[in-house]
Amino acid sequence: MSVRIGVVIFPGSNRDVDALNALDVSGAQAVPLWHEQASLDSVAGVLIPGGFAYGDYLRAGVIARFSPIMRAVAGFAADGGLVLGICNGFQVLTEAHLLPGALLRNRGLRFVSREVAIAAERTDTAFSHRLGERRPLRMPVAHGEGCFFADEATLDQLEADGQVLFRYVDPATGATAGGEGDAANPNGSLRGIAGVINRDGNVAGLMPHPETAVETILGSADGLGIISSFVTSAAEREQAAGAALVSAAR
Amino acid sequence: MEIRFAVNVRPKPGILDPQGRAVEGSLGHLGISGVGEVRVGRRIELTVTADDEASARAVVDRLAAELLSNPLIEAYDVEVLEGASSLMSTRA
Repeated sequence: MSVRIGVVIFPGSNRDVDALNALDVSGAQAVPLWHEQASLDSVAGVLIPGGFAYGDYLRAGVIARFSPIMRAVAGFAADGGLVLGICNGFQVLTEAHLLPGALLRNRGLRFVSREVAIAAERTDTAFSHRLGERRPLRMPVAHGEGCFFADEATLDQLEADGQVLFRYVDPATGATAGGEGDAANPNGSLRGIAGVINRDGNVAGLMPHPETAVETILGSADGLGIISSFVTSAAEREQAAGAALVSAAR
Repeated sequence: MEIRFAVNVRPKPGILDPQGRAVEGSLGHLGISGVGEVRVGRRIELTVTADDEASARAVVDRLAAELLSNPLIEAYDVEVLEGASSLMSTRA
């Protein structure tokens, strides 16, 4: 039986269908989770998709943080459950304090919708273990508030703790993108950071859209490695938990 | 009692403020010089109904800290607009 992965749908989510498709392509059973639900319907992992949850009023992601489903997601994450936030989902996770940092308005002030390249700084995590060696992965970005920010001390700590999961890179060379003015960095993110992971390794977020780059017909299949890492990790954890239950019952 | 508050949220010192910089960049087009360090924030006005000033104040502080501002990047202050016996103001 394929593993069940939930996709949270807020009013204003708009990449939920892409997320459902990507999970389907990855062999998971995608389960839509409405924002007013207080239960996660026994899913093995949660994906928070892109969009403009609650209109992104006040600050991107902040209203969503207080929804019933996010209380359930916070509890799930605290128990070690796997949670992946993409784009607006990443913003929601930082506002919910499940991930470090904040996402500021793009340095260039413009909404940026185009293809970028990112590379995984770690390929030993639940969200990146199927990516193989470090290489540029092509996928789109589409956001107005994607400039990753944390103070210098926090950035140093994130690097030291291996919490920088993805960086924007030059698509040809794989060299880490510079700051503002480098075309490889679409939003001016500090230290080229495109995605981070929490210290426990079970919550991750990124601004680019791997879920819309899972089939060559979509222009790139480079995002599939991220989605399938997440799906297989969730399946492994569920099996391990099931085995533990069985052995505890004996 | 009803007290009307304003919460002023602003980017913390040192935080990138692309909006402020864009505003600053446009000043030249207006032929204005001598203006710098522009920072753009937001102001939220609200009315709180509570038994007394202290509890109304506690509600606003909680709202400001948990919802209206992101403490990582923003600071806020609270103004009393009307309805209180004395004007209170604090900064965080």
